[in-house]
Amino acid sequence: MAKRIDAKNVDIYYGAFHAVQDVSLTVEPRTVTAFIGPSGCGKSTFLRTLNRMHEVIPGAHVTGSVQLDGTDLYAPGVDPVAVRRVVGMVFQRPNPFPSMSIFDNVASGLRLNGVKNKGVLSDAVERSLMAANLWNEVKDRLGRAGMGLSGGQQQRLCIARAIAVEPQVLLMDEPCSALDPISTLAIEDLINQLKESFTVVIVTHNMQQAARVSDQTAFFNLAAQGKPGRLIEVGTTETIFSNPTEKATEDYITGRFG
Amino acid sequence: MATATTSDTTEAQLSFRRPSGARTVKNALATVYVGVATLLALIPLVWVLWTVVSKGARLVFSSTWWLESQRGITPRREGGGAYHAIVGTLEIGLICAVIAVPLGVLGAIFLVEYARGTRAARVVSFTVDILSGIPSIVAALFVYALVITILGFGRSAVAVALSLVLLMLPVVLRSTEEMLKLVPDSLREASYALGVPKWKTILQVVIPTSFGGISTGVMLGLARVMGETAPLLILVSYAVGINFSPTSATMGSLPTMINAGRDVAPGLPGYDRTWAAALTLIIIVMLLNLVARGIARATKLKEK
Repeated sequence: MAKRIDAKNVDIYYGAFHAVQDVSLTVEPRTVTAFIGPSGCGKSTFLRTLNRMHEVIPGAHVTGSVQLDGTDLYAPGVDPVAVRRVVGMVFQRPNPFPSMSIFDNVASGLRLNGVKNKGVLSDAVERSLMAANLWNEVKDRLGRAGMGLSGGQQQRLCIARAIAVEPQVLLMDEPCSALDPISTLAIEDLINQLKESFTVVIVTHNMQQAARVSDQTAFFNLAAQGKPGRLIEVGTTETIFSNPTEKATEDYITGRFG
Repeated sequence: MATATTSDTTEAQLSFRRPSGARTVKNALATVYVGVATLLALIPLVWVLWTVVSKGARLVFSSTWWLESQRGITPRREGGGAYHAIVGTLEIGLICAVIAVPLGVLGAIFLVEYARGTRAARVVSFTVDILSGIPSIVAALFVYALVITILGFGRSAVAVALSLVLLMLPVVLRSTEEMLKLVPDSLREASYALGVPKWKTILQVVIPTSFGGISTGVMLGLARVMGETAPLLILVSYAVGINFSPTSATMGSLPTMINAGRDVAPGLPGYDRTWAAALTLIIIVMLLNLVARGIARATKLKEK
Protein backbone atom coordinates (compact mmCIF):
# COMPACT_ATOMS: atom_id res chain seq x y z
CA MET A 1 0.00 0.00 0.00
CA ALA A 2 3.01 2.32 0.17
CA LYS A 3 3.70 4.36 -2.95
CA ARG A 4 6.76 5.70 -4.70
CA ILE A 5 7.26 9.46 -5.10
CA ASP A 6 8.97 10.95 -8.17
CA ALA A 7 9.55 14.69 -8.09
CA LYS A 8 10.92 16.18 -11.32
CA ASN A 9 12.19 19.76 -11.74
CA VAL A 10 9.98 21.15 -9.01
CA ASP A 11 10.04 24.93 -8.63
CA ILE A 12 7.95 26.53 -5.90
CA TYR A 13 6.85 30.17 -5.78
CA TYR A 14 4.97 32.26 -3.23
CA GLY A 15 3.63 35.01 -5.43
CA ALA A 16 6.74 36.51 -7.02
CA PHE A 17 9.08 34.96 -4.46
CA HIS A 18 10.98 31.95 -5.79
CA ALA A 19 11.14 29.67 -2.72
CA VAL A 20 12.55 26.42 -4.06
CA GLN A 21 14.43 25.86 -7.30
CA ASP A 22 14.60 22.77 -9.49
CA VAL A 23 14.28 19.86 -7.09
CA SER A 24 14.26 16.33 -8.50
CA LEU A 25 14.28 13.30 -6.26
CA THR A 26 12.79 9.86 -5.88
CA VAL A 27 11.46 8.30 -2.71
CA GLU A 28 11.12 4.52 -2.77
CA PRO A 29 8.11 2.85 -1.16
CA ARG A 30 8.53 1.60 2.43
CA THR A 31 11.58 3.72 3.10
CA VAL A 32 12.24 6.73 5.29
CA THR A 33 13.68 9.78 3.58
CA ALA A 34 15.00 12.65 5.69
CA PHE A 35 15.23 16.26 4.47
CA ILE A 36 17.95 18.20 6.26
CA GLY A 37 19.32 21.69 5.81
CA PRO A 38 19.45 25.11 7.46
CA SER A 39 16.28 27.09 8.27
CA GLY A 40 14.68 28.75 5.27
CA CYS A 41 16.24 26.35 2.77
CA GLY A 42 12.86 25.20 1.49
CA LYS A 43 12.78 21.66 2.86
CA SER A 44 9.45 22.15 4.65
CA THR A 45 8.07 24.00 1.64
CA PHE A 46 9.10 21.16 -0.64
CA LEU A 47 7.59 18.63 1.79
CA ARG A 48 4.28 20.50 1.66
CA THR A 49 4.18 20.33 -2.13
CA LEU A 50 4.15 16.53 -1.85
CA ASN A 51 0.54 16.67 -0.64
CA ARG A 52 -0.32 20.13 -2.00
CA MET A 53 -0.58 21.59 1.52
CA HIS A 54 1.41 24.65 0.45
CA GLU A 55 -1.67 25.73 -1.52
CA VAL A 56 -3.28 26.78 1.76
CA ILE A 57 -1.10 29.90 1.48
CA PRO A 58 -2.56 32.29 -1.11
CA GLY A 59 -0.32 32.91 -4.12
CA ALA A 60 1.61 29.66 -3.84
CA HIS A 61 2.19 27.77 -7.07
CA VAL A 62 4.39 25.00 -8.40
CA THR A 63 5.95 24.08 -11.73
CA GLY A 64 7.42 20.68 -12.61
CA SER A 65 5.80 17.41 -11.65
CA VAL A 66 5.30 15.29 -8.57
CA GLN A 67 4.24 11.75 -9.37
CA LEU A 68 2.86 9.16 -7.01
CA ASP A 69 3.37 5.75 -8.63
CA GLY A 70 3.23 7.46 -11.99
CA THR A 71 0.18 9.67 -11.32
CA ASP A 72 0.93 13.38 -11.50
CA LEU A 73 -0.39 15.20 -8.43
CA TYR A 74 -0.34 18.50 -10.33
CA ALA A 75 -2.12 17.34 -13.51
CA PRO A 76 -5.13 19.51 -14.38
CA GLY A 77 -8.31 18.31 -12.73
CA VAL A 78 -6.55 16.69 -9.77
CA ASP A 79 -8.40 17.48 -6.52
CA PRO A 80 -5.95 18.49 -3.77
CA VAL A 81 -8.40 17.06 -1.22
CA ALA A 82 -8.12 13.63 -2.87
CA VAL A 83 -4.31 13.94 -2.90
CA ARG A 84 -4.25 14.59 0.84
CA ARG A 85 -6.32 11.47 1.50
CA VAL A 86 -3.44 9.47 0.03
CA VAL A 87 -0.55 11.56 1.33
CA GLY A 88 -1.01 12.29 5.05
CA MET A 89 0.90 14.76 7.16
CA VAL A 90 2.11 15.23 10.74
CA PHE A 91 3.04 18.74 11.82
CA GLN A 92 5.75 20.38 13.85
CA ARG A 93 3.55 21.12 16.85
CA PRO A 94 1.02 18.57 18.04
CA ASN A 95 -2.39 19.83 16.93
CA PRO A 96 -5.16 17.56 18.22
CA PHE A 97 -8.67 18.94 17.68
CA PRO A 98 -9.55 20.62 21.00
CA SER A 99 -13.28 20.02 20.58
CA MET A 100 -12.81 16.26 20.35
CA SER A 101 -11.99 13.34 22.64
CA ILE A 102 -9.04 11.03 22.04
CA PHE A 103 -11.32 8.58 20.22
CA ASP A 104 -12.95 11.30 18.12
CA ASN A 105 -9.56 12.77 17.19
CA VAL A 106 -8.35 9.48 15.76
CA ALA A 107 -11.72 8.77 14.12
CA SER A 108 -12.02 12.30 12.73
CA GLY A 109 -10.38 11.65 9.37
CA LEU A 110 -12.66 8.69 8.66
CA ARG A 111 -15.76 10.35 10.07
CA LEU A 112 -15.28 13.56 8.13
CA ASN A 113 -14.85 11.46 5.00
CA GLY A 114 -18.22 9.83 5.58
CA VAL A 115 -17.54 6.64 7.59
CA LYS A 116 -20.39 6.19 10.08
CA ASN A 117 -20.22 2.50 11.03
CA LYS A 118 -19.27 2.37 14.73
CA GLY A 119 -17.54 -0.99 14.48
CA VAL A 120 -15.37 0.16 11.59
CA LEU A 121 -14.50 3.35 13.46
CA SER A 122 -13.57 1.70 16.75
CA ASP A 123 -11.49 -0.93 14.93
CA ALA A 124 -9.65 1.81 13.06
CA VAL A 125 -9.11 3.81 16.27
CA GLU A 126 -7.69 0.81 18.12
CA ARG A 127 -5.47 -0.21 15.20
CA SER A 128 -4.13 3.33 14.68
CA LEU A 129 -3.48 3.96 18.37
CA MET A 130 -1.64 0.62 18.58
CA ALA A 131 0.40 1.50 15.51
CA ALA A 132 1.23 4.85 17.11
CA ASN A 133 2.32 3.11 20.37
CA LEU A 134 -0.29 5.04 22.30
CA TRP A 135 -2.99 2.41 22.86
CA ASN A 136 -1.74 1.14 26.23
CA GLU A 137 -1.50 4.65 27.62
CA VAL A 138 -4.97 5.82 26.57
CA LYS A 139 -7.16 2.73 26.15
CA ASP A 140 -8.96 3.41 29.47
CA ARG A 141 -9.67 7.06 28.70
CA LEU A 142 -10.62 7.24 25.05
CA GLY A 143 -13.47 9.60 25.93
CA ARG A 144 -11.17 12.14 27.56
CA ALA A 145 -9.95 15.21 25.71
CA GLY A 146 -6.96 14.85 23.41
CA MET A 147 -5.64 18.14 24.75
CA GLY A 148 -5.19 16.59 28.20
CA LEU A 149 -2.33 14.35 27.02
CA SER A 150 1.35 15.24 27.34
CA GLY A 151 3.12 16.82 24.35
CA GLY A 152 4.69 13.53 23.24
CA GLN A 153 1.40 11.70 23.63
CA GLN A 154 -0.39 14.42 21.68
CA GLN A 155 2.08 14.06 18.84
CA ARG A 156 1.56 10.29 18.79
CA LEU A 157 -2.18 10.97 18.85
CA CYS A 158 -1.73 13.15 15.76
CA ILE A 159 0.26 10.36 14.09
CA ALA A 160 -2.54 7.92 14.95
CA ARG A 161 -5.04 10.37 13.47
CA ALA A 162 -2.95 10.67 10.30
CA ILE A 163 -2.56 6.90 9.80
CA ALA A 164 -6.20 6.11 10.64
CA VAL A 165 -7.21 7.17 7.13
CA GLU A 166 -4.65 4.68 5.76
CA PRO A 167 -2.59 7.01 3.59
CA GLN A 168 0.05 5.65 1.21
CA VAL A 169 2.64 8.22 2.21
CA LEU A 170 3.22 9.96 5.54
CA LEU A 171 4.92 13.35 5.56
CA MET A 172 6.36 14.56 8.87
CA ASP A 173 7.39 18.17 9.28
CA GLU A 174 9.87 18.28 12.19
CA PRO A 175 7.59 16.02 14.26
CA CYS A 176 9.91 15.96 17.28
CA SER A 177 11.01 19.57 17.47
CA ALA A 178 8.55 20.38 20.26
CA LEU A 179 9.23 17.18 22.21
CA ASP A 180 11.61 16.05 24.94
CA PRO A 181 14.24 13.32 24.20
CA ILE A 182 12.15 10.47 25.59
CA SER A 183 9.11 11.36 23.51
CA THR A 184 11.43 11.86 20.55
CA LEU A 185 12.78 8.34 20.99
CA ALA A 186 9.22 7.00 21.10
CA ILE A 187 8.41 8.77 17.81
CA GLU A 188 11.62 7.52 16.19
CA ASP A 189 10.83 3.93 17.16
CA LEU A 190 7.42 4.51 15.72
CA ILE A 191 8.83 5.78 12.42
CA ASN A 192 10.87 2.58 12.12
CA GLN A 193 7.67 0.56 12.49
CA LEU A 194 5.66 2.79 10.21
CA LYS A 195 8.00 2.25 7.29
CA GLU A 196 6.89 -1.37 7.14
CA SER A 197 3.60 -0.13 5.72
CA PHE A 198 4.10 3.51 4.70
CA THR A 199 6.47 5.61 2.67
CA VAL A 200 7.76 8.18 5.16
CA VAL A 201 9.33 11.56 4.44
CA ILE A 202 10.57 13.50 7.45
CA VAL A 203 11.97 17.01 7.77
CA THR A 204 14.35 17.35 10.67
CA HIS A 205 16.86 19.78 12.12
CA ASN A 206 18.38 17.04 14.16
CA MET A 207 21.23 15.38 12.27
CA GLN A 208 21.42 12.42 14.63
CA GLN A 209 17.74 11.86 14.09
CA ALA A 210 18.20 11.83 10.33
CA ALA A 211 21.06 9.36 10.71
CA ARG A 212 19.04 7.15 13.08
CA VAL A 213 15.74 6.89 11.26
CA SER A 214 16.28 7.42 7.55
CA ASP A 215 17.35 5.23 4.66
CA GLN A 216 17.83 8.16 2.31
CA THR A 217 18.88 11.72 3.12
CA ALA A 218 18.41 14.85 1.04
CA PHE A 219 20.38 17.97 1.89
CA PHE A 220 18.82 21.34 1.00
CA ASN A 221 20.59 24.67 1.11
CA LEU A 222 20.24 28.20 -0.18
CA ALA A 223 22.93 30.32 -1.72
CA ALA A 224 21.97 33.44 0.25
CA GLN A 225 18.99 35.00 2.04
CA GLY A 226 16.28 35.80 -0.50
CA LYS A 227 17.63 33.29 -3.01
CA PRO A 228 15.64 30.12 -3.68
CA GLY A 229 16.48 26.96 -1.76
CA ARG A 230 17.97 24.09 -3.75
CA LEU A 231 18.53 20.39 -3.33
CA ILE A 232 22.31 20.04 -2.97
CA GLU A 233 22.68 16.35 -2.64
CA VAL A 234 20.59 13.24 -2.13
CA GLY A 235 21.78 9.71 -1.44
CA THR A 236 21.63 6.85 1.01
CA THR A 237 21.92 8.11 4.56
CA GLU A 238 25.14 6.14 4.95
CA THR A 239 26.74 7.86 1.97
CA ILE A 240 25.57 11.36 2.91
CA PHE A 241 26.85 11.05 6.46
CA SER A 242 30.12 9.21 5.78
CA ASN A 243 31.16 10.20 2.29
CA PRO A 244 29.20 13.15 0.86
CA THR A 245 30.06 14.35 -2.65
CA GLU A 246 29.46 18.04 -2.00
CA LYS A 247 31.62 20.15 0.28
CA ALA A 248 28.53 22.03 1.54
CA THR A 249 26.90 18.80 2.71
CA GLU A 250 30.00 17.76 4.60
CA ASP A 251 30.31 21.19 6.20
CA TYR A 252 26.69 21.13 7.31
CA ILE A 253 26.78 17.62 8.68
CA THR A 254 30.01 18.14 10.56
CA GLY A 255 28.59 21.35 12.00
CA ARG A 256 31.01 23.73 10.34
CA PHE A 257 28.14 25.97 9.29
CA GLY A 258 24.38 26.25 9.61
CA MET B 1 22.64 54.59 31.50
CA ALA B 2 21.86 50.89 31.69
CA THR B 3 25.55 50.00 31.87
CA ALA B 4 26.11 52.56 34.62
CA THR B 5 23.35 51.04 36.73
CA THR B 6 24.74 47.56 36.24
CA SER B 7 28.24 48.55 37.27
CA ASP B 8 26.84 50.42 40.28
CA THR B 9 25.05 47.36 41.58
CA THR B 10 28.03 45.11 41.06
CA GLU B 11 30.37 47.47 42.87
CA ALA B 12 28.12 48.68 45.66
CA GLN B 13 26.75 46.22 48.13
CA LEU B 14 23.28 44.97 47.25
CA SER B 15 20.60 46.33 49.55
CA PHE B 16 16.94 45.38 49.62
CA ARG B 17 15.66 48.30 51.66
CA ARG B 18 12.03 49.00 52.32
CA PRO B 19 10.35 51.16 49.63
CA SER B 20 11.01 54.87 50.10
CA GLY B 21 8.44 56.99 51.91
CA ALA B 22 7.31 58.76 48.70
CA ARG B 23 6.71 55.44 47.01
CA THR B 24 4.68 54.12 49.94
CA VAL B 25 2.49 57.24 49.88
CA LYS B 26 1.99 57.09 46.10
CA ASN B 27 1.06 53.44 46.34
CA ALA B 28 -1.50 54.12 49.07
CA LEU B 29 -3.00 57.06 47.14
CA ALA B 30 -3.28 55.06 43.92
CA THR B 31 -4.94 52.19 45.77
CA VAL B 32 -7.50 54.58 47.26
CA TYR B 33 -8.19 56.23 43.87
CA VAL B 34 -8.76 52.89 42.16
CA GLY B 35 -10.97 51.62 44.97
CA VAL B 36 -13.08 54.80 45.10
CA ALA B 37 -13.50 54.82 41.31
CA THR B 38 -14.78 51.24 41.42
CA LEU B 39 -17.25 52.12 44.18
CA LEU B 40 -18.49 55.23 42.32
CA ALA B 41 -19.05 53.16 39.20
CA LEU B 42 -21.03 50.61 41.20
CA ILE B 43 -23.29 53.14 42.96
CA PRO B 44 -25.65 53.96 40.06
CA LEU B 45 -25.79 50.30 39.07
CA VAL B 46 -26.78 49.10 42.53
CA TRP B 47 -29.11 52.06 42.99
CA VAL B 48 -31.03 51.33 39.77
CA LEU B 49 -31.23 47.65 40.55
CA TRP B 50 -32.39 48.27 44.12
CA THR B 51 -35.06 50.77 43.05
CA VAL B 52 -36.44 48.47 40.36
CA VAL B 53 -36.38 45.36 42.54
CA SER B 54 -37.90 47.05 45.58
CA LYS B 55 -40.73 48.64 43.60
CA GLY B 56 -41.39 45.84 41.15
CA ALA B 57 -40.74 42.61 43.04
CA ARG B 58 -44.18 42.32 44.63
CA LEU B 59 -46.03 42.06 41.30
CA VAL B 60 -43.34 40.06 39.50
CA PHE B 61 -43.61 37.29 42.09
CA SER B 62 -47.35 36.89 41.58
CA SER B 63 -48.50 34.26 39.10
CA THR B 64 -51.07 36.51 37.39
CA TRP B 65 -48.17 38.76 36.28
CA TRP B 66 -46.86 36.04 33.98
CA LEU B 67 -50.28 34.79 32.82
CA GLU B 68 -52.56 37.80 32.23
CA SER B 69 -52.56 40.86 30.01
CA GLN B 70 -53.57 44.45 30.66
CA ARG B 71 -56.79 44.20 28.63
CA GLY B 72 -59.57 46.22 30.27
CA ILE B 73 -57.33 47.43 33.08
CA THR B 74 -56.82 51.13 33.77
CA PRO B 75 -54.03 52.71 35.84
CA ARG B 76 -56.50 53.03 38.72
CA ARG B 77 -57.40 49.34 38.74
CA GLU B 78 -55.44 46.52 40.39
CA GLY B 79 -54.69 43.31 38.51
CA GLY B 80 -53.61 42.05 35.16
CA GLY B 81 -50.09 41.10 34.14
CA ALA B 82 -47.36 41.53 31.57
CA TYR B 83 -47.97 38.35 29.60
CA HIS B 84 -48.87 40.35 26.46
CA ALA B 85 -45.66 42.37 26.71
CA ILE B 86 -43.43 39.38 27.52
CA VAL B 87 -44.84 37.49 24.52
CA GLY B 88 -44.26 40.51 22.29
CA THR B 89 -40.69 41.09 23.48
CA LEU B 90 -39.76 37.41 23.11
CA GLU B 91 -41.46 37.11 19.73
CA ILE B 92 -39.75 40.19 18.31
CA GLY B 93 -36.42 38.99 19.75
CA LEU B 94 -36.91 35.56 18.18
CA ILE B 95 -37.76 36.95 14.72
CA CYS B 96 -34.76 39.24 14.96
CA ALA B 97 -32.45 36.38 15.97
CA VAL B 98 -33.75 34.08 13.23
CA ILE B 99 -32.72 36.69 10.66
CA ALA B 100 -29.59 38.17 12.27
CA VAL B 101 -27.85 35.00 13.53
CA PRO B 102 -27.52 33.13 10.20
CA LEU B 103 -26.56 36.33 8.38
CA GLY B 104 -24.00 37.29 11.01
CA VAL B 105 -22.45 33.83 11.42
CA LEU B 106 -22.33 33.12 7.68
CA GLY B 107 -20.93 36.59 7.00
CA ALA B 108 -18.22 36.06 9.59
CA ILE B 109 -17.36 32.66 8.07
CA PHE B 110 -17.00 34.34 4.68
CA LEU B 111 -14.79 37.08 6.08
CA VAL B 112 -12.50 34.81 8.08
CA GLU B 113 -12.42 31.56 6.09
CA TYR B 114 -12.76 32.73 2.51
CA ALA B 115 -11.80 36.38 2.26
CA ARG B 116 -9.24 36.85 5.02
CA GLY B 117 -6.74 39.60 4.22
CA THR B 118 -8.53 40.67 1.04
CA ARG B 119 -9.77 44.13 0.21
CA ALA B 120 -13.38 42.91 0.24
CA ALA B 121 -12.98 41.66 3.82
CA ARG B 122 -11.53 44.98 4.99
CA VAL B 123 -14.35 46.94 3.34
CA VAL B 124 -17.03 44.71 4.88
CA SER B 125 -15.42 44.80 8.34
CA PHE B 126 -15.20 48.57 8.19
CA THR B 127 -18.82 48.89 7.08
CA VAL B 128 -19.98 46.60 9.86
CA ASP B 129 -18.06 48.70 12.38
CA ILE B 130 -19.91 51.79 11.18
CA LEU B 131 -23.20 49.91 11.26
CA SER B 132 -22.62 48.95 14.90
CA GLY B 133 -22.57 52.65 15.80
CA ILE B 134 -26.02 53.38 14.34
CA PRO B 135 -28.46 54.77 16.92
CA SER B 136 -31.57 52.60 17.22
CA ILE B 137 -33.85 55.45 16.17
CA VAL B 138 -31.98 55.81 12.90
CA ALA B 139 -32.37 52.08 12.24
CA ALA B 140 -36.07 52.41 13.04
CA LEU B 141 -36.57 55.38 10.71
CA PHE B 142 -34.66 53.59 7.95
CA VAL B 143 -36.98 50.59 8.21
CA TYR B 144 -39.99 52.94 8.39
CA ALA B 145 -38.90 54.65 5.19
CA LEU B 146 -38.11 51.41 3.37
CA VAL B 147 -40.78 48.97 4.55
CA ILE B 148 -43.68 51.28 5.28
CA THR B 149 -43.29 54.35 3.06
CA ILE B 150 -41.67 52.80 -0.02
CA LEU B 151 -42.82 49.17 0.04
CA GLY B 152 -46.21 50.04 1.47
CA PHE B 153 -46.46 47.47 4.29
CA GLY B 154 -48.19 48.48 7.51
CA ARG B 155 -46.55 48.93 10.88
CA SER B 156 -45.87 45.58 12.53
CA ALA B 157 -43.71 43.57 14.91
CA VAL B 158 -41.86 42.25 11.86
CA ALA B 159 -40.84 45.79 10.97
CA VAL B 160 -39.55 46.24 14.53
CA ALA B 161 -37.60 42.98 14.25
CA LEU B 162 -36.08 44.15 10.95
CA SER B 163 -34.77 47.34 12.51
CA LEU B 164 -33.41 45.33 15.46
CA VAL B 165 -31.62 43.10 12.93
CA LEU B 166 -29.69 46.18 11.84
CA LEU B 167 -28.55 46.60 15.44
CA MET B 168 -27.90 42.95 16.25
CA LEU B 169 -26.18 41.91 13.02
CA PRO B 170 -22.94 43.86 13.62
CA VAL B 171 -22.66 42.46 17.16
CA VAL B 172 -23.10 38.87 16.00
CA LEU B 173 -20.88 39.27 12.94
CA ARG B 174 -18.00 40.93 14.74
CA SER B 175 -18.02 38.62 17.75
CA THR B 176 -18.22 35.52 15.50
CA GLU B 177 -15.41 36.93 13.36
CA GLU B 178 -13.17 37.38 16.40
CA MET B 179 -13.98 33.87 17.65
CA LEU B 180 -13.19 32.28 14.27
CA LYS B 181 -9.92 34.19 14.10
CA LEU B 182 -8.93 32.65 17.44
CA VAL B 183 -9.07 29.14 15.96
CA PRO B 184 -5.42 28.31 15.16
CA ASP B 185 -4.59 27.63 11.51
CA SER B 186 -2.79 24.48 12.62
CA LEU B 187 -6.21 22.90 13.26
CA ARG B 188 -7.43 23.76 9.77
CA GLU B 189 -4.20 22.34 8.32
CA ALA B 190 -4.56 19.18 10.41
CA SER B 191 -8.00 18.69 8.94
CA TYR B 192 -6.92 19.41 5.35
CA ALA B 193 -4.06 16.93 5.78
CA LEU B 194 -6.64 14.23 6.52
CA GLY B 195 -8.18 14.84 3.11
CA VAL B 196 -11.14 16.74 4.54
CA PRO B 197 -12.63 19.39 2.22
CA LYS B 198 -12.68 23.01 3.34
CA TRP B 199 -16.43 23.27 3.99
CA LYS B 200 -16.37 20.18 6.20
CA THR B 201 -13.33 21.52 8.01
CA ILE B 202 -15.28 24.70 8.79
CA LEU B 203 -18.40 22.83 9.92
CA GLN B 204 -16.75 20.04 11.90
CA VAL B 205 -13.52 21.54 13.19
CA VAL B 206 -13.57 25.34 13.14
CA ILE B 207 -17.13 25.97 14.35
CA PRO B 208 -17.15 23.31 17.12
CA THR B 209 -13.85 24.75 18.37
CA SER B 210 -15.32 28.26 18.60
CA PHE B 211 -18.95 27.34 19.36
CA GLY B 212 -18.96 28.62 22.94
CA GLY B 213 -17.71 32.04 21.92
CA ILE B 214 -20.08 32.32 18.97
CA SER B 215 -23.16 31.48 21.04
CA THR B 216 -22.10 33.88 23.79
CA GLY B 217 -21.89 36.64 21.16
CA VAL B 218 -25.36 35.74 19.87
CA MET B 219 -26.88 35.85 23.36
CA LEU B 220 -25.24 39.15 24.22
CA GLY B 221 -26.40 40.61 20.90
CA LEU B 222 -29.92 39.45 21.64
CA ALA B 223 -29.82 40.87 25.15
CA ARG B 224 -28.72 44.18 23.67
CA VAL B 225 -31.67 44.51 21.27
CA MET B 226 -34.37 43.16 23.62
CA GLY B 227 -34.40 46.41 25.56
CA GLU B 228 -34.38 48.75 22.54
CA THR B 229 -37.35 51.11 22.61
CA ALA B 230 -37.17 53.52 19.69
CA PRO B 231 -38.07 50.94 16.99
CA LEU B 232 -41.05 49.82 19.10
CA LEU B 233 -42.34 53.39 19.41
CA ILE B 234 -42.03 54.08 15.69
CA LEU B 235 -42.84 50.80 14.00
CA VAL B 236 -45.67 49.25 16.01
CA SER B 237 -48.48 50.43 18.27
CA TYR B 238 -48.55 49.31 21.88
CA ALA B 239 -51.37 46.86 22.59
CA VAL B 240 -52.62 46.00 26.07
CA GLY B 241 -54.13 42.72 24.91
CA ILE B 242 -52.50 39.45 23.90
CA ASN B 243 -51.52 39.24 20.26
CA PHE B 244 -49.37 36.53 18.75
CA SER B 245 -49.46 37.76 15.16
CA PRO B 246 -46.18 39.45 14.21
CA THR B 247 -47.79 41.06 11.17
CA SER B 248 -50.58 42.94 12.95
CA ALA B 249 -50.16 46.64 13.54
CA THR B 250 -50.27 46.39 17.33
CA MET B 251 -48.23 44.38 19.77
CA GLY B 252 -47.32 44.68 23.41
CA SER B 253 -43.72 44.68 24.57
CA LEU B 254 -41.96 45.38 27.84
CA PRO B 255 -40.21 48.62 26.82
CA THR B 256 -43.44 50.11 25.46
CA MET B 257 -45.36 48.87 28.49
CA ILE B 258 -42.94 50.83 30.66
CA ASN B 259 -43.31 53.82 28.32
CA ALA B 260 -47.11 53.62 28.46
CA GLY B 261 -47.05 53.70 32.25
CA ARG B 262 -44.43 56.41 32.70
CA ASP B 263 -46.87 59.23 33.56
CA VAL B 264 -49.02 57.26 36.03
CA ALA B 265 -49.05 58.99 39.41
CA PRO B 266 -47.23 57.28 42.29
CA GLY B 267 -49.55 55.31 44.53
CA LEU B 268 -51.82 54.12 41.75
CA PRO B 269 -51.73 50.39 40.86
CA GLY B 270 -50.51 51.25 37.35
CA TYR B 271 -47.40 52.85 38.89
CA ASP B 272 -46.34 49.56 40.48
CA ARG B 273 -46.98 47.71 37.23
CA THR B 274 -44.60 50.01 35.39
CA TRP B 275 -41.79 49.18 37.82
CA ALA B 276 -42.68 45.50 37.62
CA ALA B 277 -42.43 45.66 33.80
CA ALA B 278 -38.97 47.20 34.15
CA LEU B 279 -37.92 44.43 36.53
CA THR B 280 -39.29 41.81 34.14
CA LEU B 281 -37.22 43.22 31.29
CA ILE B 282 -34.09 43.18 33.46
CA ILE B 283 -34.82 39.58 34.46
CA ILE B 284 -35.22 38.48 30.82
CA VAL B 285 -31.98 40.17 29.76
CA MET B 286 -30.21 38.69 32.80
CA LEU B 287 -31.51 35.23 31.93
CA LEU B 288 -30.13 35.60 28.40
CA ASN B 289 -26.75 36.52 29.84
CA LEU B 290 -26.90 33.53 32.18
CA VAL B 291 -27.81 31.24 29.26
CA ALA B 292 -24.84 32.66 27.36
CA ARG B 293 -22.55 31.86 30.28
CA GLY B 294 -24.09 28.43 30.66
CA ILE B 295 -23.50 27.64 26.99
CA ALA B 296 -19.96 28.96 27.21
CA ARG B 297 -19.29 26.76 30.22
CA ALA B 298 -20.95 23.65 28.80
CA THR B 299 -19.08 23.90 25.50
CA LYS B 300 -15.81 24.93 27.06
CA LEU B 301 -13.10 22.93 25.34
CA LYS B 302 -12.19 19.96 27.44
CA GLU B 303 -8.72 20.10 28.87
CA LYS B 304 -8.77 16.94 30.91
